[in-house]
Amino acid sequence: MGQHNPRNVLPRTALRGRSQSVADRVAQGLGLFSIGLGLAELLAPRAVSRAAGLDGHEGVVRAYGAREVATGLAILSSHDATPWIWGRVAGDAADIATVLFGAPEHGPGRARRDATLAVLAGVTALDLLCATALTAEKGGRRTARADYRERSGFPGGTRAARGAAQDFETPRDIRGPEALRPWRREA
Amino acid sequence: MRALVWHGTQDVRCDSVPDPEIEHERDAIIKVTSCAICGSDLHLFDHFIPTMKSGDILGHETMGEVVEVGSAAKSKLKVGDRVVIPFTIICGACDQCKRGNFSVCERSNRNKHLAAKAFGHTTAGLFGYSHLTGGYAGGQAEYLRVPFADATHIKVPQGISDEKLLFLSDIFPTGWQAAVQCDIEPTDTVAVWGCGPVGQMAIRSAILLGAKQVVAIDRVPERLSMAEAAGATTINFETDSVIERLNAMTAGKGPEKCIDAVGLEAHAAGTVDAMYDRAKQAMMLETDRPHVLREMIYVCRPAGTLSVPGVYGGLIDKIPFGALMNKGLTIRTGQTHVNRWSDDLLRRIEEGQIDPSFVITHTEPLERGPEMYKTFRDKQDGCIKVVLKP
Repeated sequence: MGQHNPRNVLPRTALRGRSQSVADRVAQGLGLFSIGLGLAELLAPRAVSRAAGLDGHEGVVRAYGAREVATGLAILSSHDATPWIWGRVAGDAADIATVLFGAPEHGPGRARRDATLAVLAGVTALDLLCATALTAEKGGRRTARADYRERSGFPGGTRAARGAAQDFETPRDIRGPEALRPWRREA
Repeated sequence: MRALVWHGTQDVRCDSVPDPEIEHERDAIIKVTSCAICGSDLHLFDHFIPTMKSGDILGHETMGEVVEVGSAAKSKLKVGDRVVIPFTIICGACDQCKRGNFSVCERSNRNKHLAAKAFGHTTAGLFGYSHLTGGYAGGQAEYLRVPFADATHIKVPQGISDEKLLFLSDIFPTGWQAAVQCDIEPTDTVAVWGCGPVGQMAIRSAILLGAKQVVAIDRVPERLSMAEAAGATTINFETDSVIERLNAMTAGKGPEKCIDAVGLEAHAAGTVDAMYDRAKQAMMLETDRPHVLREMIYVCRPAGTLSVPGVYGGLIDKIPFGALMNKGLTIRTGQTHVNRWSDDLLRRIEEGQIDPSFVITHTEPLERGPEMYKTFRDKQDGCIKVVLKP
């Protein structure tokens, strides 16, 4: 297709007038959320484990807190948050598995377990949406829209261009050492 | 006036800022008619270059019309002159400028104490490229103050479009210098890593300078297609082994000349050294990701030359210096001495040897600059080069 008209196809990857997209902003929010949740899990593991229906699992909750803080810091300090948001998705899976198998299915803790699973499902959905959007914003084979095989940049054609600037003399301070030259122009 | 202003990591906005004024008798003010986003601006966007401050105006690829001239610049410039502004600010009179080493001008960096601390000695002032290089306002704006304007300009004729001339400010001479530094012989294979704007110019420069074979390495299909258009052979590093392909193309001997047009943000997914660099960068133990440098040193033919126009900012790790030394490789680096090449390159444009506008994929109003930074960074929409119109 040679030339292409970007105005027709330019995707809205950023907020109008800003360099950050909605997904970038959501990723930053998730980073802050990670740090907040992680600090709560580190500093008050008993309260968090009780709220999640995971009484007696304070050690696991504390370890997950360290994971959340590390992921949050990585998201906020990274130049590309995409892999870290996918990391959050993996963490969500671990959280869901822990609550599913660690919290009681029956008895007084069940309501807290179900509520925690509902919250985790919502957070997982948000993480997935964000990770997918960030991944989609990167260009690559899948997003290639243009073919520039007609843009040689040589008005006289590529054949005429080969060696067209051989009148140029490399300055003395840039020329390679004589001893290493495989070919001499004056030969 | 309106200008693209850096507010923090990945946060660029189009703001209203005060108009620039003549601050020194050698200054001039130009009304910007076209400016562009450079690949090296993305290093600022991603905040890999230190000493940026919120409020800094970006941009170092600019051209326009002179609207005001300081008293000491009037012998060289007058109101109404059409000029391209080189990204390196030069005094034109220091020892380095006299030698043509304009990018290491000894006078134009007004924060030379910072540069000397970081690099040992100062380098030239640059437009819109951190306080390490002088903290000068950049040209992604409606107006630009040009310090040392009597030396820091390229006069261009009327009757040729902005699009053909604008890249004399940076990417065309940068690609040209990268190829010139290779001292190309007609028997040479020149391998170019990175098919962004500088890589595209380096490919075409190597062809003009008579290389036997030019090989372009990237992973983005549209960039590879643009490299093919010039007559380069391409390698997609995501699907092929760069080292195996380069050796196969050179009877097992490796390319004589290698150009790194990637710099500090090399993308090399899935290699051990790439993971190592990412981890060290996350722990702030390494500033740059030098995968391309390592690969060039490894694959280059013994007694060959490495040319590095790609920007590096700080510290790199695990460079196979043993291979570099034992193979007797020559390495040539540096920001571009734009004015050293500009007259010759302007002639080549006028003669029709090359039309640098081939690289422009997006032309947008200045207000859309912030969005275009992201589109360019993420290689969306076939984006290779963005020109902005204030």
